Amino acid sequence: MYSLIAVFAPLIGSILAGVARPWLGRQLSIAASIVFMVVSAAAAIAAYRVGVMPPLAIAHWIQVGQLTPGWTLRQDQLSLVMVVMVSVISLLIHIYSVGYMAHDKTPQRFMSYISLFTFAMLMLVTANNLVQLFFGWEGVGLVSYLLINYWYDRPSANAAAIKAFIVNRVGDLAFAVGIALTYFIFGTVNLDGIFAAAASHAGQDFMLFGAPLPVLEIISFLLFLGAMGKSAQLFFHTWLPDAMEGPTPISALIHAATMVAAGVFMVVRMSPLINQAPVAMGFIVFIGASTAFFAATIGCVQNDIKRIIAYSTCSQLGYMFLAAGLGAYPAAMFHLINHAMFKALLFLAAGSVIHAVAGEQDVRLMGGLGSRLPVTCAMMLIGSLALMAIPPFSGYYSKDAILDAALAAHTPIAHYGWVCGVLAAGLTAFYTSRLFFLVFTGRSRMPRHVEENVHESPAVMLLPLIVLAVGAFGSGMALAPDFIGGRSLVFWGNSIQVAAHSPMYHLGGIPGWASSAPLAMALLGLLVAVLFYLVIPALPGRLAQACAPVYRFLLNKWYFDELYDALLVRPTLRLARFAWRFGDEQVIDGVPNGLAALTADASAQTVKLQNGSIALYAFVMLIGLLVFVSLFIWVR
Amino acid sequence: MNQLGFPILSLITYLPLLGAFIVATLGGDDARAAAKARGIALITSLAVLLLGIFVWARFQPGFAGYQFVEAAPWLAGINVEYRMGVDGISLFLIMLTLGLTPIAILASHGIKTRVRSFFAALLLLETMTIGMFAATDFILFYVFFEAVLLPMYLIIGVWGGPRRIYAAVKFFVFTLAGSLFMILAVVWLWRHVGTTDIAVMTHTPIGRSAQMWLFLAFLAAFGVKAAVWPLHTWLPDAYGEAPVPGTVMLAAVLSKMGAYGFLRFALPMLPLASAAAAPLMFALGVVAVIYISYVALAQTDMKRLIAYSSAAHMGVIIIGLFTFTVEGIEGALFQMLSHGIVIAGLFLCGGVLTARGEALTLKNLGGLAANMPVFAAALMLFSLANMGLPGTSGFIGEFLVIIGAMKVNFWVSLLGGAGMVLGAAYMLVMLRAVLFEKSANPRLAKLKDLNAREYAMLLPLAALVMWLGIYPSSFTHAFDAPVAALVQAHIAALNPHMALAMVTAK
Repeated sequence: MYSLIAVFAPLIGSILAGVARPWLGRQLSIAASIVFMVVSAAAAIAAYRVGVMPPLAIAHWIQVGQLTPGWTLRQDQLSLVMVVMVSVISLLIHIYSVGYMAHDKTPQRFMSYISLFTFAMLMLVTANNLVQLFFGWEGVGLVSYLLINYWYDRPSANAAAIKAFIVNRVGDLAFAVGIALTYFIFGTVNLDGIFAAAASHAGQDFMLFGAPLPVLEIISFLLFLGAMGKSAQLFFHTWLPDAMEGPTPISALIHAATMVAAGVFMVVRMSPLINQAPVAMGFIVFIGASTAFFAATIGCVQNDIKRIIAYSTCSQLGYMFLAAGLGAYPAAMFHLINHAMFKALLFLAAGSVIHAVAGEQDVRLMGGLGSRLPVTCAMMLIGSLALMAIPPFSGYYSKDAILDAALAAHTPIAHYGWVCGVLAAGLTAFYTSRLFFLVFTGRSRMPRHVEENVHESPAVMLLPLIVLAVGAFGSGMALAPDFIGGRSLVFWGNSIQVAAHSPMYHLGGIPGWASSAPLAMALLGLLVAVLFYLVIPALPGRLAQACAPVYRFLLNKWYFDELYDALLVRPTLRLARFAWRFGDEQVIDGVPNGLAALTADASAQTVKLQNGSIALYAFVMLIGLLVFVSLFIWVR
Repeated sequence: MNQLGFPILSLITYLPLLGAFIVATLGGDDARAAAKARGIALITSLAVLLLGIFVWARFQPGFAGYQFVEAAPWLAGINVEYRMGVDGISLFLIMLTLGLTPIAILASHGIKTRVRSFFAALLLLETMTIGMFAATDFILFYVFFEAVLLPMYLIIGVWGGPRRIYAAVKFFVFTLAGSLFMILAVVWLWRHVGTTDIAVMTHTPIGRSAQMWLFLAFLAAFGVKAAVWPLHTWLPDAYGEAPVPGTVMLAAVLSKMGAYGFLRFALPMLPLASAAAAPLMFALGVVAVIYISYVALAQTDMKRLIAYSSAAHMGVIIIGLFTFTVEGIEGALFQMLSHGIVIAGLFLCGGVLTARGEALTLKNLGGLAANMPVFAAALMLFSLANMGLPGTSGFIGEFLVIIGAMKVNFWVSLLGGAGMVLGAAYMLVMLRAVLFEKSANPRLAKLKDLNAREYAMLLPLAALVMWLGIYPSSFTHAFDAPVAALVQAHIAALNPHMALAMVTAK
């Protein structure tokens, strides 16, 4: 019952804020969305305290053949944890947005969208069947599109929104086909039915590419392709940095804390199925680890404060997939929750900075803001330390667990994951400190008119920051025993299936040097950043000049956008024009047009008479009748 | 004669004809007569809609055969009767026609010349379309099927855009050429079966080679109507040139005639040929989805973009029908309904702009989200439904077809689903051009948002889009029995041994 309230309250809030403004007025409709978010968060916490319950059926949805997905709320431990996380963070961001969007023209539209997003995200995490999960999945994608496009008079926002939607849709197509294949094999799309039968289909083959392949591997690959799109993993990552065109609260809520983590959630959710697909799991490890490293390298040289954090998000999601691919699902979930808090904190703090410097996002045009924005600076520091995985901040606990799992797994691909992860840990510390130093320390590089107006954000924005900072500091310590420690098996119950050979059971047996390697790398990264940006500020520029090709390669994001543009986007548009102008107009229309043109000439003359067209019709109809009747006579 | 005891289907069919007659014979000066004609047309169409809702309410969904049947002697000498009836397949297509006609009448505000003739033509179109869906005799079906051409041809040719003559003649020649083949098939079938009662014809076995020839004839007739690639090129011209209400009826209702024909005749009567042709039909469907989506992406005019999108979605319907699975066929049926509503909504949104004097070239439009928020929300909703977003009607049909196709072939499922990506591409490009991108056209910023008449057109469609998307069971419930019967009969026809086993098992 509490889950029902938690999920549907944001929908009501969204409808009120979106539709009822003419009757409620702007302030009241904003207030309505916040009140319903408070209700949602309170109900979510209540539901969590009540504990695991059987799925709550609300209504039928599709009932065709054996396909009977209903509107049902799943209330197992995994869903409940996600519901609490999503609704609480969403509430904080609702509150923050009141301050951040105060000068916007249509703040109630903004609130309506983020409440709608919260509803879709909650439907996703409480889904009891794959089709409802897909409903939430596409729903969050839609609102993401609407919000990236929020300032729709900017061409860059239009382009980014379309890119995000289409890149996601490619993954979603694979996801949908994966659901179809699941239904074909299992005869159901309900999660419990799939999980119960997963082991019995482990040896089953499916003909694809002319060869029999294990069907559960194919399904897992297809589902993971969907997750790659949503979670911006390597090859599908290009949309996420561009998505920073949206207002900053969105970047915090959708493009850091919740939606982009949906891919990780889905893989964890499907753990009983994925566990039966070792090859797909290896692929997940490979993609996750590669993304963690690749995105971190780009993050080191970007200059837009939000894009730096966006690449960091890509990279951290890579860590989560690394853990999930290893079968260390609890570690993935642990990092997901910790990341949600510290990354939301970082984005909101960045928003506070952007708010203070009149919308500027280039870190080269900031500097020395520490004394001017003391609260924001302190919050950013806590978030940064958590991201850099410095003990006792939260990121340390989960990232360490993931890398320990990678080492404990003893497979070549897992060791590849460990190497990538440790290198990325160093890079993470570097780009995080770089961002912090460039923004808050040193001399100011702001234009004068901006500098004169620098101001700390209002309390309505700082309050959510402080709450999140408490989380970013303490969630690692507080949650570790339940999430990954001795109690974790009891805690997760049967909501996550940790296989018998999972490295989760061997986290303790890591040699000391290996266990402290990530922290050592992080400290090294921090040290380099101190050297570059505090001690010898001229050094980074000289280094960039000395290694110009490498620098340009990173600055241009490994040229993925250019590559996709040349290989996919432009050929598509050219092919489209070709299909129309040549295929349709010349080839296909060529044959009938000769005839049609003749007739058109005839009718153009007859139509000059008032009812010429009717005459033509009657004439042809007569011929038709003639043929008809003669045929009858002939066959009798 | 039927559960009601009176011929309600004939009443629904011919009441608009009566309305058309009254409208056509109205006297008086032009302006007042035009308003009167509009009023009479609207009242007639609403009255028939109420009768239709009554039929729906009394309809028994668990039953596979025809309901509300009527039979009367007609061409007694050649054993052809006048037979009407509905089953779960035709019920909602009739409802679609009944629901969209009043909306098309509301959308006819821009018609200023020969207004009375226009409404007469529109009501005539309603009669012919309903008759076609309700006919359960092949000859009767054929008569209505052909007669639909007449009012539609007039609507395009008389009240259409600048290239209306070309479009009308192309439409006419394509569809008439196609249906000539159908006459041959009808005659052959009549000779073979001895009657043209569809129920009897469905249960009469036909030899394999004859099935192949008959299928080709049906393919020509229904393929043109359903705008199966490469017979689709009449469609963008006809949709593009017809006046808005004409486009709505054409795209939403008339385009379903082809798919309905396949489902009613080709599939049940020619199971062997249909199974043999399935790979070809899948290929045509997949090409339609991918190729026509590409063409849609290149369009520079809103109306033509929507027209091509409509043709691309017909590919999905064709794929669904030929999977011969319950999921695929119900998906195709659902897609027919959904597509009818969504495409009508999209064309009506175009009509809203036309009514404000704006050309629909994408370059001319832009930035309308700012001053027309309700219009923007409506266009957004229909566009999302058109790209199959879950929660809207478009998703259910497309997803069911993907699922049904998976039972047949992985690649048909994947490629048939490619519309999810390509559809998103061209619809989002259109939305950007219409709603978001800044435009050099200064008039756009002064356009007013929807008026009451436009609300009355768009709100019911928007509500239906959501209803179909959130609670599709209200509709699929009626499909279940006839589709299950069709699929079972198909399997039995392909495997005579299995059918025998099933009978003996009972």
